Amino acid sequence: MPLLLLKKTVLPGFGITLGFSVLYLSLLVLIPLAALVLKASGLTWEQFWTTVTRPQVVASYKLSFGAAFIAASINIVFGLLVAWVLVRYRFPGRKIIDALVDLPFALPTAVAGIALTALYAPNGWIGQWLVPLGIKAVFTPLGVVIALTFISLPFVVRTVQPVLEDLGKEVEEAAASLGANRWAIFRRVIFPEIWPALLTGFALAFARAVGEYGSVVFISGNLPMKTEITPLLIISQLEQYRYAEATAIAVVMLGASFVLLFAINALQRWTTRRRAM
Amino acid sequence: MRIHLSIPALLLLAAAAAAADKIELLNVSYDPTRKLYEEINAAFAATWKAEHGQEVVIKQSHGGSGKQARSVIDGLPADVVTLALAYDIDAIAEKGRLLPTDWQKKLPDNSAPYTSTIVFLVRKGNPKGIKDWDDLVKPGVSVITPNPKTSGGARWNYLAAWAYALKHNGQDEAKAKAFVTALYQNVPVLDSAARGSTMTFIQRGIGDVAITWENEAFLASRDMDVGACEIVVPSLSILAEPAVAVVEKGAKKRGTLAIAQAYLEFLYTEQGQEIAAKNYYRPRLASVAAKHAANFPTLELVTIDAVFGGWKKAQEQHFADGGVFDEIYKP
Repeated sequence: MPLLLLKKTVLPGFGITLGFSVLYLSLLVLIPLAALVLKASGLTWEQFWTTVTRPQVVASYKLSFGAAFIAASINIVFGLLVAWVLVRYRFPGRKIIDALVDLPFALPTAVAGIALTALYAPNGWIGQWLVPLGIKAVFTPLGVVIALTFISLPFVVRTVQPVLEDLGKEVEEAAASLGANRWAIFRRVIFPEIWPALLTGFALAFARAVGEYGSVVFISGNLPMKTEITPLLIISQLEQYRYAEATAIAVVMLGASFVLLFAINALQRWTTRRRAM
Repeated sequence: MRIHLSIPALLLLAAAAAAADKIELLNVSYDPTRKLYEEINAAFAATWKAEHGQEVVIKQSHGGSGKQARSVIDGLPADVVTLALAYDIDAIAEKGRLLPTDWQKKLPDNSAPYTSTIVFLVRKGNPKGIKDWDDLVKPGVSVITPNPKTSGGARWNYLAAWAYALKHNGQDEAKAKAFVTALYQNVPVLDSAARGSTMTFIQRGIGDVAITWENEAFLASRDMDVGACEIVVPSLSILAEPAVAVVEKGAKKRGTLAIAQAYLEFLYTEQGQEIAAKNYYRPRLASVAAKHAANFPTLELVTIDAVFGGWKKAQEQHFADGGVFDEIYKP
């Protein structure tokens, strides 16, 4: 890689565009993040450690990361299905469904949270059928998963869709003419093509879900040790005017998210390279 | 942070654009006071115009009390703050150094021109027969109250329950803690703010009883489906004193100190008190209080200073990390 930098590229303007990109990213992303770390550094190492390892906070990491993981996993299955239907079939109302997918992007998250809570509450449209079955959705971790699945759906659909569109029918036809059955075609021809996009979609959905606050606080019930998400604990620190402690928890969240996203990227690169060989 | 411009304020704003001699004030307040200050602002602007011939435009900003205080600390140019807890204004004084720490002595009655208290909202006909705090700890009663870690109103609820338990257990702190623990074991959901909690109770239909501000309870029983719920007043509750203060440092810089002071003093006048009473806040002025006595049920009201030794101590003991509230939820 370093060699590449030394080589003159044929495209002009490399220096200025790279310079601008670095400046832009610094202003928009790096400086705010650095300020975050700086604020947290007002704590001694010991204070930092006790703040971020309080049982209540640890329980919230489990919920936030666990529910985000489940939500992103649900979405790679059903998001793929939605993308597949939208790309492969032509049917009346397709354009409308296509537009619907983006709604969770556009809807203010608090509105989503209130709507979902109203639906799944014991007297809600869906909730009234779930309660007799013994399923409690609102004010349980299940509710958190529902909200996170809702808000992170578009990420998977929108990353997989273009790849599916580019996938020529010809390869599938060739595979079929060579005697592969449908499952084999999906597993050995289609899936390897869309796998990197699916992973990206998973990573985006996961990252979005981990940080989600607005919709979750309405449906989760915010019971300490049970249904408190990490962002709520950050707010509860702020309510006590404990800025450094709030940023300490944020730094841990950020670090964990970064490690997970980096791992997903690495996995993606590894699988693509393995296929190329 | 939401900046809320009322229609009269907007009209005034438009009118003021033409007039050269106008002055602007920003009142940073908490959620349920929106209607109260719309009326106060219109009345004050008219009075000020009549007395000084000067146009005044008052902008309002509403949100959770703690969040509003943080916005002011972080630079929201507030001339006055009218918040749910003195604790939040203390924070502006201490962390932001925007007003003197003895701000609460600058205006009468602890700088709280109107008060409120904590009451219960129950389902129509009161099917669970809830009359007092004792009924909230009974098994099978589901209680709705917000999370005291994130909601100022919820802290009043908690403290009111604690004060009741102390009185009925011979001031025994351990017994009070057991009582409050039993109460929170009956709470199926801790909303992050008071408004969400009222919604959970009324619209989601969850819970047998909601602990809430008296003024919110009146609004809820008036605005929502009439008769869907009713108010129950416990034998004892806490005197909630939403406090007001001039943010002196900012006001001095903008030259609004005098009018900001006059604005807050207006809250104590008969006209201001009348508007407060109309919006279901308990007035301080005896003459106005007497006039509205029928609207405000009588009950034993204790103050946070008398029972808990002030906000700072209550916050430290009960709501700080590792405090009594955290212990309730220790597994």
